[in-house]
Amino acid sequence: MDKFLLRNIENPNSADISEYVKAGGYRNLSKALELSPSDIMEEIKKSGLRGRGGAGFPTGMKWSFAKADPKFPKYLLCNADEGEPGTFKDRPILEKNPHLLIEGMVISGYVLGSEYGYIYLRGEYPAAADILNAAIKQAYESNYLGDNINGKGIKFHLAVHQGAGAYICGEETALIESIEGKKGQPRNKPPFPVNVGAWSMPTIVNNVETLSNLPYIIEIGGEAYSNIGSKECPGPKLFSVSGHVKNPGVYELPMGTSLKDIIYTHAGGMRDGSKLKAVIPGGISTPVLPADAVDCAMDFVAMPKAGSMLGSGAVIVMDESVCMVKVAYRALKFFEHESCGKCVPCREGTDWLRKVLERMEKGNGKEGDIELLSDIAGIMLGRTFCPLGDGAAGVVMGMIKHFRNEFEEHIKEGRCKLRN
Amino acid sequence: MFNETVLKEIDDIKARYPDRKSALLPSLYVAQREFGWLSHEAMECVSKALNVPEAMVRGTASFYSMYRHRPVGRHVIQLCTNVSCMILGAEKLVDFLETRYGVQPGGTSHDSRFSLVIMECIGACGTAPAMLVNTDFHDNLSEKRIEEILEKYK
Ligand SMILES: Cc1cc2nc3c(=O)[nH]c(=O)nc-3n(C[C@H](O)[C@H](O)[C@H](O)COP(=O)(O)O)c2cc1C
Ligand code: SF4
Ligand code: FES
Repeated sequence: MDKFLLRNIENPNSADISEYVKAGGYRNLSKALELSPSDIMEEIKKSGLRGRGGAGFPTGMKWSFAKADPKFPKYLLCNADEGEPGTFKDRPILEKNPHLLIEGMVISGYVLGSEYGYIYLRGEYPAAADILNAAIKQAYESNYLGDNINGKGIKFHLAVHQGAGAYICGEETALIESIEGKKGQPRNKPPFPVNVGAWSMPTIVNNVETLSNLPYIIEIGGEAYSNIGSKECPGPKLFSVSGHVKNPGVYELPMGTSLKDIIYTHAGGMRDGSKLKAVIPGGISTPVLPADAVDCAMDFVAMPKAGSMLGSGAVIVMDESVCMVKVAYRALKFFEHESCGKCVPCREGTDWLRKVLERMEKGNGKEGDIELLSDIAGIMLGRTFCPLGDGAAGVVMGMIKHFRNEFEEHIKEGRCKLRN
Repeated sequence: MFNETVLKEIDDIKARYPDRKSALLPSLYVAQREFGWLSHEAMECVSKALNVPEAMVRGTASFYSMYRHRPVGRHVIQLCTNVSCMILGAEKLVDFLETRYGVQPGGTSHDSRFSLVIMECIGACGTAPAMLVNTDFHDNLSEKRIEEILEKYK
């Protein structure tokens, strides 16, 4: 498959507008502006594009809800919070192909009737902030942003908003609270952001990768796009692969590429002498899979059937040197730290799970601790205000399901056999 | 109080949003740059510049982990220890930073050269372990590489 999202990024000046234009950039914007917004909307629906932020919601559907709301102005927020541990897929777009994102956002603004966009960028990406700001400035100078885009009287303004280190701000309603200057605590839904979002106006939140697909849909048409990769969720997908593989990195592959191929073909297989033990396939919030379960298609429909989730497509590969109790403990330390504190099951549950896992990891686990973990996770599941708490519970359940013996060993032997 | 240049910078930030409160996060970054950390005085300046109650400024600032609520050293090391970094040895690096530079997680070395903050994934998992020193990324870390890198931060 030809690359689109990562096209031209080997060019050291790929972030510069003249290089982007030389490689065909902003041509899709010009093409889009010759079409009517509703025609483009049809193409998007035909394309079958689903959001790449983790939940896989159909983009065309989300957009038609926002478009149907008569209130103006409407805001377009790009979710560049990329906080899910293991995930670094949006970073190459932000740092090496920023004009692709800008082009995608201008097209989106045109379709949605939105004249104001913001890129909510995680605070941990200071270099990307400079690159994006420089790219936005160039785009204004070339009339791809501003009050008269391409001389067609079309208006779209764009600014970067930097977060400050809070994972929960990746959740779309928390992101909106945060951009309004508040603590990033999720809002009740409904009303949904498409009706009452930022500054109480209709607001569309989409991931960096989702918005960067727009120029591609314009380039090849919705029909052709829908034929790439999986039938039920087509298109190119970025996978970030980390851990004990030979060639970790970000790979652009058709949606539905098998997890096995990602590990053994694209990422070069396991590092010398090591053997696969487990994979976290979609970022730390997705349940772990054991080595014998990696023969599955990486998309939003197949992964739940395989016992996990596609999430952000962040594949964390672990060899046999890794202690799963320790991974579970580290993951829960993360969730406890990032819980926003708004709802009891998550605030208390993550704290408890972490405490029990910590004592197991340190060799002080007690008889009945595995059941205790399952109980706490079971109580949390489906009772938290937002998916963060559910994710934490699911992670613990997955670990116990596939690696119960390791948890039992820790309790029985009072130590970890893998620790030297 | 902020000087004229900084107030102008904050005015420019405000102009990017439909509502002045939205300028709070970026303005806190400005205050942190000016004062080195978010002292009481720093937050008071933000409150005045944005005309937002101090309680809201403090409440918001306390929620986010990248704001500093006590003085920090000349350089802030932000080391990731989340899973991708952990399985490639990040924890040993925490110990190394302590023995070699006398800096503990959440603390500052006696000579005020370094502060250390433990991070939850900085998006460099493919080149783990990784850290930010101030705003610079450094990855594929080992003890030796950390020594080489930190030479440049006096
Ligand atoms: C705890 C939590 C963290 C999230 N973090 C991110 C993130 O870092 N980036 C992102 O694009 N979406 C994230 N999401 C998903 C967003 O809420 C939202 O679904 C997404 O931005 C919608 O964009 P999409 O339709 O293009 O996927 C997160 C969700 C939750 C519950
Ligand atoms: S589940 Fe956790 S992060 Fe989500 S609202 Fe509840 S406390 Fe906050
Ligand atoms: S886990 Fe360390 S940078 Fe992502």
